[in-house]
Amino acid sequence: MERSQEEPLRTEAHITVRDLTLAYEGYTVLKDLTFTIDRGDIFIIMGGNGCGKSTLLKIMTGLKPPVKGQVFYDDISFWDAGPSERNGILRRVGILYQRNALWSSMTLAENVALPLEEYTGLDRRQIAEIVSLKLALVGLAGFETYYPSGISGGMQKRAALARAMALDPEILFFDEPSAGLDPVNARLLDDLILELSDSLKTTVVVITHDLASIFAIGKTSIFLDSETKTLLAAGNPGRLLEDSPDPKVRAFLTRGHLDET
Amino acid sequence: MKVHNERTAPPGTVSLSSPDVGVVLVRLSGAWKKDLELPSADGVMDRVLERPDTRLVAFEHTGLDAWDSSLLTFLVHLRNRCVLAGVRVETEGLPHGVVRLLMLASESKRAKGLPGEAVEASVLTSIGERAFNFARYFSHVLEFTAEACTAFLRLFEGKARYRRTDLGLLIYECGAQALPIVSLISVLVGLILAFVGVVQLKMFGAQIYIANLVGIAMTREMGAMMTAIIMMGRTGAAFATQLGTMEANEEIDALKTLGISPMEFLVMPRMLALILMMPLLCVYADVVGILGGAFVGVGMFDLPANLYYEQTLAALKLKHFAIGVVKSVFFAVLIATSGCFHGMQTDRSASAVGYAATRAVVVGIVLIVVTDGIFAVITSFLGI
Repeated sequence: MERSQEEPLRTEAHITVRDLTLAYEGYTVLKDLTFTIDRGDIFIIMGGNGCGKSTLLKIMTGLKPPVKGQVFYDDISFWDAGPSERNGILRRVGILYQRNALWSSMTLAENVALPLEEYTGLDRRQIAEIVSLKLALVGLAGFETYYPSGISGGMQKRAALARAMALDPEILFFDEPSAGLDPVNARLLDDLILELSDSLKTTVVVITHDLASIFAIGKTSIFLDSETKTLLAAGNPGRLLEDSPDPKVRAFLTRGHLDET
Repeated sequence: MKVHNERTAPPGTVSLSSPDVGVVLVRLSGAWKKDLELPSADGVMDRVLERPDTRLVAFEHTGLDAWDSSLLTFLVHLRNRCVLAGVRVETEGLPHGVVRLLMLASESKRAKGLPGEAVEASVLTSIGERAFNFARYFSHVLEFTAEACTAFLRLFEGKARYRRTDLGLLIYECGAQALPIVSLISVLVGLILAFVGVVQLKMFGAQIYIANLVGIAMTREMGAMMTAIIMMGRTGAAFATQLGTMEANEEIDALKTLGISPMEFLVMPRMLALILMMPLLCVYADVVGILGGAFVGVGMFDLPANLYYEQTLAALKLKHFAIGVVKSVFFAVLIATSGCFHGMQTDRSASAVGYAATRAVVVGIVLIVVTDGIFAVITSFLGI
């Protein structure tokens, strides 16, 4: 999808991860990780099961402190910042969780409205308008009064995306967005991510090992490896497939069919 | 999204002009951010319609700075009003991203089969609904009880499928692990009974009968009753939560598809563990409660210890213990049934599990007290 002419892509660092070491239940899973996510990019974090993708997301979104190293949002070091500054950063971030994490006792409208009620001074009518807009953007217009348990998995995923977008975040994190979706719905979600990133200029960070998604939406990507505990490759996924020198990366991007590349 | 100059930019404004007859040009400028004071779509629309013969609304955005959802909701609202007024809207003059998002939002199809406006149900309808719901609930209870009985029959035949280690663990959880809280509550109940009694009996110089009062009250009533209420809150609620979470995680479906009856595998061991442990806990509570009473009688009101002991032995008969123990078995069945039944009936959500636990405890405690009342009537009728 082409970027609009009127607002050229700025290549400036939005998130910088520097010398990050992360551990899961006492075991080091990744060490000395350094990479940069540009503003407006669609950045893919890929890697096999258990390579620390989800732990990395938890550290980047403030749910878990790193063993060592720093995460910068613009120029602010997240883990060195005070609580109020951290909250300020997190309000500019939206997260789509792997299992949607919609609050089951609230309707879809209430799910999307909660962040707005907590963090903006808007009145109820304005909130209701924004909620309807967000639900319409993800194709769920008219489902305001439904409960998460009453809609399908794909719709829950999109509702969760509407909630993640409630505060107009500058950065959207997606944890395994295609998990539990059929190929058609996964493709629709990919298109939606592209469309939203393109029109809102949101920085999108996607954690996934779904190859179709990786090639469909990824502009930049990094490949994490659990054996060497490092970042094995970085770059455009299509280009990595063509000329990554690392056999592991090519095996991953070809589902193990190395000879077909 | 533009973010750099949002702090310096003035709040969004709208100015209208008419470059042509029947055309209104809406010029957007400033920053359109949720936190800022922004013009309302209705206000702008009223001004648009004030102009005679408005046929077309167009936009211009050269002065527009940062924008977010507030601009989108403004435009959606404006567009809806225009459609109602029969005015055409030309979105070409809007920023590219805004046009795309407006298209995305209007492409989305309305939900099919939407629930209509909530209809106020009449009193009769709601009474009827409640009655039907209760009947359904009651038939589920009956079904559950029947299945539990079948599971126990299969246990006696030696055919029931369950894990012995699970049963052992449950017995430990329902028995040994409950001892501290049962001890605490029983000793306090014994103390309270003794205090209440001694004040009254002292007026007649009959303090020694405190031993009878505490002994009989603990063994016949309070030992079984207090243990049951503790166990309902502690173990019954735990059963409901465990089974409810398993239902929510589809673990119970997984058992069923393997051909394993969740009744035999999950419910029956829980019932059995409680039925085995409750009488023991009840006798234990009786003894601890009597000791609590003795502490008040001997320690605080100076009754001779040997006299108190003799008096207690004389007052207590085996039937008192037996009534308490029999009741505790009934209570065990009620606790396990209420806990497991409400757990198994859970919907698949996190809040449903909490609701199941609450219902299990409320229903369980009501049933325990009602059953105790029935026992009181029967024993007095039989003269025991």
